[in-house]
Amino acid sequence: MSLIPDKPPFKLLDILYKKEFILFVVLVSILIINSNISPYFLDLYNLIDSTFLFSEKAIIALTMTFVIIARQIDLSVASIIAVSSVVLGYTTSLGYDTWLVLLLTLLSGALCGAFNGAIITKFAIPSIIVTIGTMSLFRGLAYSFLEDSYYNKFPKLVGKLGGGYLFGYIPYAFLTFILLAFVFAFILHKTSIGKKIYSIGNNPDAAQYTGIAVDKYTFVLFTLNGLFSAIAAIFLSGRLSSVRPNIAFGWELEIITMVVLGGVYIYGGSGSILGVVISIFILGMLSFGLGLLNVPGVGIIIFTGLLLILSIGFPSFVRTLRRKNE
Amino acid sequence: MKKILLNRDFILFSIILIILIAVGFANPLFVTPKSISDVLTDTSILIILALSQMIVILIRAIDLSVASNLALSGMLISLLSTVHPELPVYYFIALSCVIGTILGVLNGISIAILKVPFIVTTLGTLSIYRGLIYFVSDGKQVYSNEFSEDFLALIHVKFLSLSFLFWLAVVVFIVIYILLNHTRFGRNLYSLGGNPDAAKYIGINENKYIIMAYSLSGFFAGLCGYLWVARYSVASTQIAIGFELTVISACVVGGISVMGGVGTVLGCVLGALLIGLIRNALPAVDISQFWQLAISGAIILLAIIINTKTEQRKEKTIMVEN
Repeated sequence: MSLIPDKPPFKLLDILYKKEFILFVVLVSILIINSNISPYFLDLYNLIDSTFLFSEKAIIALTMTFVIIARQIDLSVASIIAVSSVVLGYTTSLGYDTWLVLLLTLLSGALCGAFNGAIITKFAIPSIIVTIGTMSLFRGLAYSFLEDSYYNKFPKLVGKLGGGYLFGYIPYAFLTFILLAFVFAFILHKTSIGKKIYSIGNNPDAAQYTGIAVDKYTFVLFTLNGLFSAIAAIFLSGRLSSVRPNIAFGWELEIITMVVLGGVYIYGGSGSILGVVISIFILGMLSFGLGLLNVPGVGIIIFTGLLLILSIGFPSFVRTLRRKNE
Repeated sequence: MKKILLNRDFILFSIILIILIAVGFANPLFVTPKSISDVLTDTSILIILALSQMIVILIRAIDLSVASNLALSGMLISLLSTVHPELPVYYFIALSCVIGTILGVLNGISIAILKVPFIVTTLGTLSIYRGLIYFVSDGKQVYSNEFSEDFLALIHVKFLSLSFLFWLAVVVFIVIYILLNHTRFGRNLYSLGGNPDAAKYIGINENKYIIMAYSLSGFFAGLCGYLWVARYSVASTQIAIGFELTVISACVVGGISVMGGVGTVLGCVLGALLIGLIRNALPAVDISQFWQLAISGAIILLAIIINTKTEQRKEKTIMVEN
C-alpha cells in the first residue's frame, strides 16, 4: 500500500519556482540597480524615510489580501479614509479627548466597512459593484460635510503617530505595518480561520456546504478592511497634518496593485502575505529609486501599470505556450 | 398591460418623468425646451460611453480604462491640431477613433491572449494610458485658443434645435441597437455572457469576441475623446478623471447585469439619462454641488439592490413552478 503524503516532500529546487522567490529576485535586482544608479539610495536614513510613502497603503493591503483571497474586492477603501479623516478632524474640533477621538475615528471606518459587508451579503450583490457605489457614497459624504474647507488640527498623538519615530529611528506607521504583517501571516497561514478563507475563495458554495459561515466571514472581512482604512487614515492625517475631502484619492487602485502584484489571484483562493509584503517593498523601492532619478510621478504610474499586467500576463503566456508544445 | 407596467425600462422611464416633473415644480426654468436640450447635450457623451461599456459588461467583463483612453486620444489629436490646424475636422475624428481602437485592442489582447483578468488589465491600462498623457503633453494643457476654429465648430452645429452631440448619441444608439439585437455578433455576445461554457461548445470563439468587444469600447472612447475635447475646448492630463465609474453606474442603473448576458440597449440609455438628469437637476433645486457625489453613490446602490431583488424574485418563481 502506498501512502499519499499530506505534504509534498521538501525540495530545495521547488523554492525557485515559487512566486515569492521570483518577487524576491525582482526586489533584490531593484535594490542593486538603484544603489548603482544613485549614491543617495543606500543611505539608512533615506531608506527608512522612504517607508513613509507606502506604509499607510501597506496596512490596508494586508486586509485587502484577505478580502481578495476570499474572492471579493473592495474599491471603497480610499473613500473610507476620507470619511474617517473627516471624523478625526471633526471630533477634534469638538474638543473631545484624544482616546475618544481615536475611538470614533476607528468606529467610523469599521461602520463603513460593515455597511459594505451588509449589502454584499444581505442582497448577494457582487462586491465590485457595491463598492463602486459606496466609493462614490463615502467620498461624497466627506465632500458634503467638509465642502471646500479643511481640517488642520488633530490631537498631538496623531501628529506624533503620523510623522514620528520610535527610538528616533523607526517610523510608527512602518512599525505598525510590520507587526500587523506578522499577525496576518500567522492568521492566514497557521490558523483554521486562514484555511477557511482560502476555501471560501476557492469555492464559496462548497465552503458553505462544509459548514463555513461564508456570509459571516465576508461581513467580518469587509468590516476589518474598513477598520484598517481608518487606522491608515489616522497615520495619513497625522503625516499630512491637513485633511481635505479628496485625501488618498485613487489609493484603492494602488492598494489592489500591491496585492495582485504580490501573487494573490484576483479571483480568490491563492496568495500569501509574504508575497504581498515583498511586492509592497518592490513598489516602494521602485518609486523611491525613480524619485531619486527625478522621474516624475507619472513615470512611476506607467511603470506600476506595466508591472501589474506583465507580472500576470507573462507567466500565463509562457504556460499557454508550453501547453501548446506538449 | 401588467407586463408593460412591470417592465424595467418602463419603470426607469417613469422615474425619469417623475423627477422631471418634481424638479419642474420646484424650478419651472428647468423644464423649458432650452434647458432640457442642454441636459440632453450634456448627457450625450455619457450615453455613448455607457452603450459601448454595455457591450463589454454583457460578456461578464468591465472596461475601467475608458476615461483614460478618452483623455489620451483627445490629447493626441489636440496636440496634432496645434501643429496642423489646417487639417479638416473629420481627419481628427477618424484619427481619434483609430487611436481609441488601438488602445482597446491592447486591452483585448492582454485579456484574451495573455489571460490577464479583465479587472487587472483595465486597472493597469487605466494608469498606463493616463500616465502616457503626461508624457506626450509634458503635463501642459491645450487651451481653447490653440484649437482651429474648424476643430471646435462642428460641436456647435444644431439640427432641429438639438445639438450635434445629441444627434450623434442617437445614431450610436441606433447602431448599437441593431448590432446587439439584429446581428449574429450581438446574439453571440449575449450567449457568451449568459453561459460562457455553453457558448464555447456551440463554437463561439470567446477570444475573438473579447477582443472585438474591447476594441468597440476603445473605438467609442476614442470618438468621445474628440467630443470631450471639442465640447469643453480644453485638453489636459486631468480630463474625465474618474468618469469610468459614472459610465459603469449608468449601465448598472440601466439594468445591465454585471453577471453578464442581461440588459437592453434602451435600458442602458435610460440609465445614462437618469444619471445625467440628476447631475443637472441638483443645482436647479439648490442642492450644493458637494452633495452630488454622495447622491449619485446612493442612487447606484439603490438601483443595484432593486435590480438584484427583481432578478432573484424571478429565479424563485421558476423554482416554485418546478
